[in-house]
Amino acid sequence: MTVHTPIYLDYSATTPVDPRVAAKMIPFLTENFGNPASRSHSFGWTAEKAVEEAREEVAKLVNADPREIVWTSGATESNNLAIKGAAHFYSATKGKHVITVATEHKAVIDPVRELEREGFEATFLQPEPNGLIDLEKFKAAIRPDTVLASVMFVNNEIGVIQDIEAIGNICRENNIIFHVDSAQATGKVAIDLEKLPVDLMSFSAHKTYGPKGIGALYVRRKPRIRIEAQMHGGGHERGMRSGTLATHQIVGMGEAFRIAREEMATENERIRMLRDRLLKGLQEIDEVYVNGDLEHRVPHNLNISFNFVEGESLIMAVKDIAVSSGSACTSASLEPSYVLRALGRSDELAHSSIRFSIGRFTTEEDVDYTINLMKSKIGKLRELSPLWEMHLDGVDLSKVEWAAH
Amino acid sequence: MSTVYFDHNSTTALKPEVLEAMLPWMTQQHGNPTSRHVFGRNARDAIEHARTQVASAVGAQASQVVFTASGTEANNFAITGIAGNNEPMQILTSSIEHPCVTLPAMAMQMRGWQASSIAVDDQCQINMTHLEELLKSPTHLVSVMLANNETGTIQNIARISELARQRKAYMHTDAVQALGKLPVDFAELGVHAMTISSHKIGGPLGAGALVLDKRVDIQPLLYGGGQEKGLRSGTENIAAIVGFGTACALAVNGLGTYASHTSALRQTLESGLRKIGASIFAEHSHRIPNTSFFAFPNIEGETLVTALDKTGFAVASGSACSSDSTEPSHVLLAMGIETDLARGAVRVSLGINNTLAQIEAFLLTLQNEVKRLRDLTAIAA
Repeated sequence: MTVHTPIYLDYSATTPVDPRVAAKMIPFLTENFGNPASRSHSFGWTAEKAVEEAREEVAKLVNADPREIVWTSGATESNNLAIKGAAHFYSATKGKHVITVATEHKAVIDPVRELEREGFEATFLQPEPNGLIDLEKFKAAIRPDTVLASVMFVNNEIGVIQDIEAIGNICRENNIIFHVDSAQATGKVAIDLEKLPVDLMSFSAHKTYGPKGIGALYVRRKPRIRIEAQMHGGGHERGMRSGTLATHQIVGMGEAFRIAREEMATENERIRMLRDRLLKGLQEIDEVYVNGDLEHRVPHNLNISFNFVEGESLIMAVKDIAVSSGSACTSASLEPSYVLRALGRSDELAHSSIRFSIGRFTTEEDVDYTINLMKSKIGKLRELSPLWEMHLDGVDLSKVEWAAH
Repeated sequence: MSTVYFDHNSTTALKPEVLEAMLPWMTQQHGNPTSRHVFGRNARDAIEHARTQVASAVGAQASQVVFTASGTEANNFAITGIAGNNEPMQILTSSIEHPCVTLPAMAMQMRGWQASSIAVDDQCQINMTHLEELLKSPTHLVSVMLANNETGTIQNIARISELARQRKAYMHTDAVQALGKLPVDFAELGVHAMTISSHKIGGPLGAGALVLDKRVDIQPLLYGGGQEKGLRSGTENIAAIVGFGTACALAVNGLGTYASHTSALRQTLESGLRKIGASIFAEHSHRIPNTSFFAFPNIEGETLVTALDKTGFAVASGSACSSDSTEPSHVLLAMGIETDLARGAVRVSLGINNTLAQIEAFLLTLQNEVKRLRDLTAIAA
């Protein structure tokens, strides 16, 4: 089997649409084009029925009631709606303090920053060096006026899985609304919202082989969680989120989540094998560091820092593989990843990190090609690096005093 | 029996060329436009191409187009965002706006703003005297739709913008129902912000835009990855945006044919409607060519619409978004139409694929249904 370059190893940025998903969507772009809110004719009814079937599929993947699923345009909107919506609704009774984590996605951090501008106070918890939250530190951050906590299920950059059940229980004991960003979790970890003490959960379709432009927010019914709508209008989604529903995209998300439910167990085994193979291969290179805990981690993600290599030249050198350095959403900037910095990585190691994210269409050949490519390119880059030479000579670079120029 | 679709103001069928443009982005192409590798760069290029297509369709610069997920989102963004954290003042919206303009304005009242409503006359046209009266109070933002979704009435937005600007107010227009039905020129309208939507012009659901004068200080609705120059975070819906771009280009090219075709059909429709005793709303106003909003005295609109669906014609009784409720149209009430007559309202909104034969068949069916329902009413009485 031949390998087609560039090899796509950026499944955490976005996934290809599964052909089965695309096939299911297309009829809703052509013959079944009705507006699901049209109640006066069959075009509308057909669309509405498809929307409700998809809602059931999304609910099933996470063991929720379909009535707990609210459609949005994506996880960014879900996160904004959950965080601002719950904080605004409950602040008068509970208070104006919010807890989140320094390694959250920008779509959580930035709405929390917006709440701060509105007069809320926020604690951004620092994770442990392995990326996980220390539950005692979480407890210590709680104040009598804490209204909301938001913790992501699976980190987008390093793939670590937080102990959502334990954090949720702490929130319950302290009467705090608990939001979880699960954009990176669906199809990768089992989610059972009947058991998990979570009040609000964000989902995205395009990280799980569905289309872009569609997501959902889980809003618990028992006990009932209220949110203030962020978008007003036709009163769709029981008033929580107005706007004409994009039927084909919703259908696509439903199908993507159905496939995830049915195939995730076998798929994750295969992906774990590929990831282990990739890890083993890359660990044959000297001075590589895995970022984030390896045990509490989805198999799809491998984030590695290559010491003594300059970040930008690394990315240039590995053009045959499509990977990301830092998360896609911030990779337009040359700042080192804030997630890796929060783990205590130096700027140099953060800069020279690569996130390999593996998925449904990755093959063993892709992995082997990648290993060989990395070995050869890292070798060449280090040959050019005076730092690498100093390291080989036994110089401790952290103790070197550099002359200013 | 295949149903004839007369509900194009609610949503439109995707044009085949649009589907063709979208398909690669639903199947083989799958980058995240923010990613720096080739997959991401291809996606970024596709979005920027679509942005140019959208901009040139509405006489704007590409840099003035902010993509959103829908017209509703763009309207919420405009109202909430332009009000922003400014000192609360007055927001003026017309009494015939879509709820996704009036409700965000009402929501701002919780933050100390005053939301006021501009009256319209019996032809659904803005009462300019009332507007000038309202503008005497310090006003931050005026929002008036370019074409009404129910009656089709077109407002003199350039004049309204002028009045708003004289009072140092920002001007927004919801042009969702105007795009593709009449020439829309952002610069000529003189507005600071304008909402447009893809699925009303043969594009897919899931894309809209706010066309925005960059000098306006606007607060985002969605925070996160900083897409759309920080004004609208969230991974871009490439397929829908590409489809929107193509649909815009097609709509502008086909505007002449569209206007002459639908206005000819409507003329036949309305002369037939008059003959069988319908009242046509706002019929003397300047309207988009495809829309006809009418009622028969003493016949419930809901009943008539259901009967028409059974006989193979998809029409609407009001705007789809509010057709859950049986309240009479707020647009008609604002025009001073009697509640009873307003309850009878039926909207036909035509598209380029409708034919004269369909109009003739519709008139025949309508005549029979109206007679049947009248007879039933007479028996019940």
